[in-house]
Amino acid sequence: MRRRTSKRTAEDMTSTAPPTAARPAGGGIRARGMLALAAAGALALGACSGSGGKKAEESAGPGSERMTVAMVTHSGPGDTFWDIVQKGARAAAGKGNVEFLYSADPDGGKQAQLVQAAIDKKVDGIIVTFAKPDALKDVVARATAAKIPVVSINSGADVSAGFGAIAHFGQDETIAGEAAGRELSRIGARRALCVIHEQGNVGLEDRCAGAKKTFGGRLENLFVQGTNMPQVKSSITAKLQADKDVDGILTLGAPFAATAVDSVKEAGGKAKVGTFDMNKDLVASLKAGTIEFAVDQQPYLQGYGAVDALWLMKHNGNAVGGGRPVLTGPAIVTRDTAAAIEKFAAQGTR
Amino acid sequence: MSQAVAGPALEAGDPGGSGGPDERLARRSPLRRLLGRPELGALLGAIAVFAFFSVVADAFLRASSFSTVLYAGSTFGIMAVGVSLLMIGGEFDLSAGVMVTTSALIASLLSYQLTLNVWAGVLISLALTLALGLLNGVLYVRTGLPSFIITLATFFMLAGANLGVTKAVTGNVATDSIRDMDGFASARAVFASDVDIAGVNVNVTVFWWLLLVAVATWILLRTRTGNWIFAAGGAPASARAVGVPVARTKIGLFMGVAFCAWLSGMHLLFAFATVQSGEGVGNEFFYIICAVIGGCLLTGGYGSAVGAAIGAFIFGMTNKGIVYAEWNPDWFKFFLGAMLLIATVVNLVVRRRVERSR
Repeated sequence: MRRRTSKRTAEDMTSTAPPTAARPAGGGIRARGMLALAAAGALALGACSGSGGKKAEESAGPGSERMTVAMVTHSGPGDTFWDIVQKGARAAAGKGNVEFLYSADPDGGKQAQLVQAAIDKKVDGIIVTFAKPDALKDVVARATAAKIPVVSINSGADVSAGFGAIAHFGQDETIAGEAAGRELSRIGARRALCVIHEQGNVGLEDRCAGAKKTFGGRLENLFVQGTNMPQVKSSITAKLQADKDVDGILTLGAPFAATAVDSVKEAGGKAKVGTFDMNKDLVASLKAGTIEFAVDQQPYLQGYGAVDALWLMKHNGNAVGGGRPVLTGPAIVTRDTAAAIEKFAAQGTR
Repeated sequence: MSQAVAGPALEAGDPGGSGGPDERLARRSPLRRLLGRPELGALLGAIAVFAFFSVVADAFLRASSFSTVLYAGSTFGIMAVGVSLLMIGGEFDLSAGVMVTTSALIASLLSYQLTLNVWAGVLISLALTLALGLLNGVLYVRTGLPSFIITLATFFMLAGANLGVTKAVTGNVATDSIRDMDGFASARAVFASDVDIAGVNVNVTVFWWLLLVAVATWILLRTRTGNWIFAAGGAPASARAVGVPVARTKIGLFMGVAFCAWLSGMHLLFAFATVQSGEGVGNEFFYIICAVIGGCLLTGGYGSAVGAAIGAFIFGMTNKGIVYAEWNPDWFKFFLGAMLLIATVVNLVVRRRVERSR
């Protein structure tokens, strides 16, 4: 059945075999990390008491039994965001003696095939994104029928429980958009752009719609081709030249924020720039004040939390989130708070 | 058919026989000669698109807007020069889009990881990118497979290597910023600076573009190599029969595309300081579109570098004109497609008319 997986998947699967425990956990995962630590601590204490019988049996059990978790996302290759998700998942996997397998395909049908491949491999848990829920509904039902627990991350909070997933970790895009809208108002913008770098992406549209709700001024969408940076730059420049009143720009991915700053310089405008997501260059720009704010949905936390939820379910029967989505964001980073996360952004985990 | 205009070396067997003395020896009026140029249709298309946006978008006619349109056109146009020559030579290169990213990644990763002066990275990148073009060409010549397949394979391999190598080396999928390294400022001046001309900031890529178009036009129309290119694309068998080094010509054309990819890659790197390894996918089609709007035939043997430049300019105008016109972005791709269709149809109508009148 391995044949079903794409070449890329096969590579990923072999390369991910040794758990990368060495990677330190980021600050954003503190809450979940504490939980795991507490669990581990409790176990250690249990072992220490050493009165044999039931307790000795218990201490041998949890944490030591190896499990396999497959993550199947809708990411295209080479995406910074999903790279961070994987790092979080690997960190949790390394701590919990979990073998972590990653595969991805932006095409809904192919993503479903990858999930089927994971079912065929009889993994102990599946993490999936519901960017295209309809394409995945049936295959997820097959997973739950095969008694494989499913956790969803990132997109699909509204369908997750209905499809039988045991938990969902993600940012509610509308809520995050609303936070961004308030930030835009805070920096004094009256007339702003929401730069969509991938047309037809529901999550991106939701962000702009959310921002529109809370933003005091007028917010307008601008479409750019995200795979072609010179085009992103010239399109934002063109928009600023066409509309001199624009005084705020909201980009939906970190690399586009830096480009928007270039465009503002070129068009000689006064627009201030805020963005979604995070990377290490962005931290420098936030500290320098060239970018005003970042709305971080903490992708590391999504990967870490999902693996941990499966671990907790298997080893302690926990249900995380009580049937409701666990929000991993929005965490707002500004000039004042940028220094605190600098270290984590530099290692690509925040 | 139309090869008659651009490929004098190929005139061998025109079965037209329209009576009278040999029509190939007849002198044509300058107007006729102008009408026979492959870029004429594109030029009229460009004028139509320009006039259209001048009317519907207030901001379109400002000087600063014009420089933005030129910049957008130049980033497509630089690649369109190499791609159009290759198309005239009868081949495609689907790896052209990601090769730009590969080139930028090579320069960036080498400079950063080995702490080299960025110029060293730039030059090594030139050598390696040209080697990629050579590889495409040699694979094509040796295997005899369609260039579509060969370059599709290299497209996937490069896209995978871009990601795999970047991640293996940096641990992330984007390169580290090289903004503060030695040589960055001077390299930026060469590949990504602005020049103030009469109060308008013109990006240096525009000059690179014009220079490339001039060189390519000279090669096509004034050198023996130019004749070889038309011949290799129009009728490779007969070209080979009369002694044209078809294999060498095609390898050279693939390397020409690689050179343009390197130049575009250096602009990408020095304009934005970091490179995302997943970028560039899909851009190869835009380069081909520019060449086609500019009058290059998909079957090879006909076209011009000037036409491809006008095609890139039309594409840049359309791309940015839609923004200047402030149309609903949901419809962006529809408008883009419609404008391209109009431009190409104008192009086609003009060319048909010219051919009939000959």
